[in-house]
Amino acid sequence: MSDIKFTIDGKECSAKSGQTIVEAAKDNGVYIPTLCHFDGLKPAGTCRICTVKVGGRNMAACTTPVTSGMVVENKTPELEDFRKAIIEMLFVEGNHMCPTCEKSGNCELQALGYRYQMMVPRFPFLFPKRAVDASSPKLYIDKNRCVQCLRCVRGITSADGRKVFGLVMRGGHAQISMDNELAAQLSDAEALKAMELCPVGAILRKEVGYAVPIGKRKYDKAPIGSEIEK
Amino acid sequence: MGTNMESTVKHVIKEYQHDKTRLLDIIRDVQSRLGHVSDESVIEIASELNVSQVDVEGVVTFYHFFSKTPVGKYAVYLNNNPTAYLMGRAAVAKAFEDEIGVSFGETTSNGQIGLFNTSCIGMNDQEPAAIINNVVFTNLTPEKVKTIVNDMNNNVSVQDMVKELGDGNNQHDLMKAMVKNNIQRKGPVYFTDQEVGIGLKRALSMKPEEVIEEIKKSNLRGRGGAGFPTGMKWEFCRQAEGDKKFMICNADEGEPGTFKDRVLLTEKPEMLFEGMAIGGYAVGAGNGVLYLRAEYMYMKSYLENVLKTLRGKNILGKNAGGKDGFNFDIKIQMGAGAYVCGEESALIESAEGKRGEPRNRPPFPVQNGFMNLPTSVNNVETYCSAPRIIVEGGEWFKKMGTAQSSGTKVLSVSGDCKKPGIYEVEFGTTIQTLLEMVEGRTAKAVQVGGPSGKCIGKKDFGKRICYDELATGGSMMIFGPDRDILDIVHNFMEFFVEESCGWCVPCRAGNVLLLNKLETIIAGNGTEKDLAELESWCKIVKSMSRCGLGQTSPNPIESTLQNFREIYESKVQKDSNYVHAFDLAEAVKASCKAAGRIPNLGAH
Repeated sequence: MSDIKFTIDGKECSAKSGQTIVEAAKDNGVYIPTLCHFDGLKPAGTCRICTVKVGGRNMAACTTPVTSGMVVENKTPELEDFRKAIIEMLFVEGNHMCPTCEKSGNCELQALGYRYQMMVPRFPFLFPKRAVDASSPKLYIDKNRCVQCLRCVRGITSADGRKVFGLVMRGGHAQISMDNELAAQLSDAEALKAMELCPVGAILRKEVGYAVPIGKRKYDKAPIGSEIEK
Repeated sequence: MGTNMESTVKHVIKEYQHDKTRLLDIIRDVQSRLGHVSDESVIEIASELNVSQVDVEGVVTFYHFFSKTPVGKYAVYLNNNPTAYLMGRAAVAKAFEDEIGVSFGETTSNGQIGLFNTSCIGMNDQEPAAIINNVVFTNLTPEKVKTIVNDMNNNVSVQDMVKELGDGNNQHDLMKAMVKNNIQRKGPVYFTDQEVGIGLKRALSMKPEEVIEEIKKSNLRGRGGAGFPTGMKWEFCRQAEGDKKFMICNADEGEPGTFKDRVLLTEKPEMLFEGMAIGGYAVGAGNGVLYLRAEYMYMKSYLENVLKTLRGKNILGKNAGGKDGFNFDIKIQMGAGAYVCGEESALIESAEGKRGEPRNRPPFPVQNGFMNLPTSVNNVETYCSAPRIIVEGGEWFKKMGTAQSSGTKVLSVSGDCKKPGIYEVEFGTTIQTLLEMVEGRTAKAVQVGGPSGKCIGKKDFGKRICYDELATGGSMMIFGPDRDILDIVHNFMEFFVEESCGWCVPCRAGNVLLLNKLETIIAGNGTEKDLAELESWCKIVKSMSRCGLGQTSPNPIESTLQNFREIYESKVQKDSNYVHAFDLAEAVKASCKAAGRIPNLGAH
């Protein structure tokens, strides 16, 4: 099965045919940071945090399949700085209030901020005016916290395959929106799935919260990625 | 009204046979009949097509020429390219505002006229120019604006407002456009009298592989700007598995300052369609699509008529070119206003009726393109090259130009020169030679390849136009000694912010941050530190963005920081520790108001 040989930062790795660089890296104990990636969903390549260098060219490791003999540069100082810059862009592009967020401790953006030791973003805050959409009976979208990873768009569809979430507008105005009719029909399980897909606190279940106390959450004990690194 | 809306939507969707891939056409027709695409229309379209409302909403809000609010019986779109400003755009814009009585972005209360900004409409050699209900108005002056607004208020049909026609096929009954070709220099490749159809005939007498070989021998590279070898693209597409394949022509020339495809489409459409048929034969495709930018809607009937004529001559259609078993036909797909759709995979998405967001690669369009089938997307000029190469031979083509860039290039020249227009020149021509040709000798800067290209100064005028030195898809904007370079850079950055699709973070957020920083510097509030940051942020956006848009959008800043650094330096404060951009009074205004206090800022 492990027929493809390649290297990441000089480390000999092997991959199964069709695996992306992110998937194969994980199997080889190498952490490549991701945010929009979610196991089992079609890769979107929206966040670009997983950008690696192959043959002198930058590419998203989540959308690029491994090929035989590939030489992947992952943890170079430049890439690490650019990844940190993207995390910072996300913090200034939205309105993130970690201390009051239900997802604090389970939030991948926050966890990446810690991992990359972000103190103050290098970019000035944009303080956009964004709406909270609470029209759905089961969940609400707080667009202030949305990073537009499109996980909800990719992961949640109606029984007949229609999108419940989608991207509207473009450029800096692009935002996630719901099909109100379909969102109203979501079951409790689907609403929970949407919340779990969301890497940040943009999609939250209504009427329930803080089931796991802060201090016992996913990234409270160890940094994001440490589960992969061996 | 509700029932009128419902019946209109139902009627339009029935015309398109409930085909989801025709969503762009459906939305355009609904808008043209109802004046806008309301929330209710979005819901109705979604329900009729059985797709999600967000899918429809996403498409309506993605494209510049679709609107959720009424655009008026007459919708005026005035180009805001820097070249338009050089030619007097400000006075024309003011005249429109004064005469109509609304500001840009607004529609009159009686719903008669809407006034909007729009990015380059491909008329840079005859600015200021506007599009009103798909009809183009060029060389506008405040006086002409008065007449136009008067006509609009008196319900004159927009075609009747065109008083004078342009040259060549612009006068054709199906076009009747006031647009001028301004062909200043004809070269040996594109503006010749080669008989229509002989290139295809010759190609059909060869094996498809031999056609590809001849194109490879010519070293023809993509004329849209990216410069990928055409022969290789066709070969990959030929080798890709699939019973059905597509040839798409990218006629979405949206790079500000480009208009050469407009002139080729006007004067050489037969050559273009013949080139597509040659390509179709070479790769084994039976279908062609011309993706035409919305700004060129005025050509659609004319081009459809050309297609009809070619079918009549059996150059297209069943047994095309008289070759048994070779069936090839072409349809036209209109765009709806999105620069990013010039990127080939975004164009394919758009042609499928979706948001024009670029795809992740691999797979490449040649493997998995339009409708998930192998697709070769080539530029108008690239296709026009094919019949000539097949007739004259790859060697003939290769003899022209430079080692890496063979043949000639059609340039769109505009700005501060006496002879703006179309120039077909050999690759390898220097900027200096071009400036002499176009009589723009006083130039202090030339924008080569549009905003996504480079802004160069005098010290680089000796450089050659070719893929490996100064690459251009055709846009050449000339700026004279009195022009404000930072103003131009600002215009370009606003353009990229507007045109970013919003998919990936570095392009979506990064361009906004670059624009804001640039504005800080232009306002005189920048420091040396800001220049250094600007430079490093450009690198981040270029390195991390997903497609060509974000990978080139910092170029206006980066190239002027390189070539005109002194202009930036003259703007910034030298004491680098002082944050000039921070206005304390402004920052505490809201809290002081809330607390009812008057701040004492004297000490600061």
